[in-house]
Amino acid sequence: MTQSRYTYLQAFPLLTIMLVFLVIPTVMIVVVSFWDYNAFSIIPDFIWDNYDFLLTSSVTWQAYGKTFFYALTSWALTLAIGFTAAYYMAFHLRTTKAQTICFLLATIPFLTSNIIRMISWIPLLGRNGLVNQTLLSMGLIDNPLEFLLYSDFSVILAFVHLYTLFMVVPIFNSMMRIDRKLVEAAIDAGASPSQVLTQVIIPLSKSGITIGTIFVFTLVMGDFITVRLMSGGLSASVGVLIYNEISLLQYPAAAAGAVTLLLTVLMMLAILFRFANIREDL
Amino acid sequence: MNTTGKRPRSFYFLTAFFALFILFLYGPTLTIGILSFQGPSGGLTFPMNGVSLHWYFRLFEQQAVGDFGGSMTRSLLLALAVMVTTVVISLSAGMAFRKKFKGSGVLFYLTIVSLIIPSILISLGIGLLFNQAGVEPTWYGSAFGAHLTWTLPFGLLIMFAVFNRFDKSFEAAATDMCATPFQTLRFVVIPLILPSLVGVGLFGFTLSYDEFARTIMTSGSRNTLPLEIFGMTTNVTTPVLYALGTLTTLISFVAIVGTLLTLHLLKRRRSRIQAG
Repeated sequence: MTQSRYTYLQAFPLLTIMLVFLVIPTVMIVVVSFWDYNAFSIIPDFIWDNYDFLLTSSVTWQAYGKTFFYALTSWALTLAIGFTAAYYMAFHLRTTKAQTICFLLATIPFLTSNIIRMISWIPLLGRNGLVNQTLLSMGLIDNPLEFLLYSDFSVILAFVHLYTLFMVVPIFNSMMRIDRKLVEAAIDAGASPSQVLTQVIIPLSKSGITIGTIFVFTLVMGDFITVRLMSGGLSASVGVLIYNEISLLQYPAAAAGAVTLLLTVLMMLAILFRFANIREDL
Repeated sequence: MNTTGKRPRSFYFLTAFFALFILFLYGPTLTIGILSFQGPSGGLTFPMNGVSLHWYFRLFEQQAVGDFGGSMTRSLLLALAVMVTTVVISLSAGMAFRKKFKGSGVLFYLTIVSLIIPSILISLGIGLLFNQAGVEPTWYGSAFGAHLTWTLPFGLLIMFAVFNRFDKSFEAAATDMCATPFQTLRFVVIPLILPSLVGVGLFGFTLSYDEFARTIMTSGSRNTLPLEIFGMTTNVTTPVLYALGTLTTLISFVAIVGTLLTLHLLKRRRSRIQAG
C-alpha cells in the first residue's frame, strides 16, 4: 500500500505538467473552436460557424493538399536517406567507436536551432547564391535558377535537412538489435545481398521505420515555421493558416483549424501505431 | 557480417553516401559561419568582401538587433530551468514506470501525445488558457510549461531505455544491507545511471534553448532568442543575422561538447574504479 503511494508520488509531477500544459490547453482549444469572435475579442458561445467556414473554404482544402504533398515527399526522402545512413552505420562500420562517432555526427545537428539551420540555406540557394554562382560559372545554365529558394523545392529540402535524423535514430536502433547470426544464416543458405536486405534486414527494421514515419509525418503535418520561412510566405500549409489566424487574433477560427488538424494527425497515427509498439521497442 | 577481410564494393559507395549526408547536414551551417566574418561592406552571399568581426560587434549595438542581450539571457535562464526540471521529473517518472500502477498506460500515451502533437496546438492552447484565466503569459511561466511538454517526452523515453537495461540486483543488494529507499537512490541508482541523466539534461537544455513553435504564443511580451531571430529574418538583410546564428549555434555546440566530455570523463573514472 505504501509502496504504491510512493509510486504515485513519483509519477505525480509528470502527470501535473501533462494535465496543466497539454490536456487542459487542448480542451480549451476544443471549447474555443465553438466560440464567436469579432475584431476586438472572442465571445463564449456554441456555434458551428468556425467549422462551417473552415470546411467549405477552398483555401483549407488546398492547404491540406499541399501539406499532404509535403508530408509524403519528405517522408519518402527522409526514409530513403535515413535508412541508407542507418544501414551503413549498423552493418558496414566494424567498430563500436566508429559507430558512435558517426551516430553523434548524424544526431548533433538536432540539438541546434532549426531556424538557423533554415536560414543557412539562403546563401546557398538564393538568386546570387553559391549554387547559382557555381552553375553559371561552369556554363551549365545561362540564367540563375529561380526555383531553388522560396519554393516547394526549398521547403522539402529544409524538411529533409531537419527531420532525416528522426528516421536515422529509430532505424539504427532496430538494426542494432538484429541478431547478426540471422544475416549469416541467410548468406549461408544462399541469399544474395539484395535478398538479405529485403527479406531479413528490412522486415526486422520495421518498427524503427514505423517510429521514424510517425515522427516525420506528425512534424511535417503540424509545421508552420519551415513552410513560412522556406517558401517566403508564398505557400500555405495547414499550420501556416492556423498561424495566420493567430496573428490576426481570430482565435476561434484558429482553434477550429487546430482541432481539424489534430483529428487528421490522430487518424493517421491510429493507422501507423498498428505497425509498432513504442514502449517495447526502446 | 564479416568483421575482417576485404570490404565489399558497396562499402565504398555507402561511405561516399554517408560523407555526402554529413556534408548536407553541416555544410549550410558552416557557410553562414564563414559569411558571418564578412567585411563591413559584404552582403548576404559570397563573395567575401574582406574578413572582419564587424557583424559580431554590430550584434551588441541596440539598434542593429532588437533586444539581443535580453533575449539571450532569458533563453539561457529558461533553458537551465527546463534542464533541471526535465532531469528531476523524468527520473522520478521513470522510477514510477518501473512498477505497474493504475493509469500508467494513460500517462505514457499522454506523454507520447505531448511529443507528437503539432507544436502550434500547445502554443495556441496555453495561450488561450492563460488568456481566459486572466494570467499574463510569461517566458518563465507559460513558456516554461510549454517547453516541458517538448522536453519531458524525450527525457522519459531515455529513462525507459535506461531502466529496461538496468540490473535490479544492485538495488536489492543495497536494500539487503539496510539502505533506506533514499540511500539506495542517492548512492546506488543515481551513480549508475548518471551518464544518462547528463544526456537528459543536455536534451532539456538544447531543446528549450532553440524552441520556437511552442514559445510563440506563450512567452508574453518579452521575446526569447529564437523568437528574436525569427523576427530578424523578415527585416534584417545584413550578415548580422549570420553572426547571431553562428553565435547561437556555437553556444549549442559548447553545451553538446561539454556534455560529451563529461560523459567521457565519467566513463574513464568508472573503468578506473573497476580496474582497481
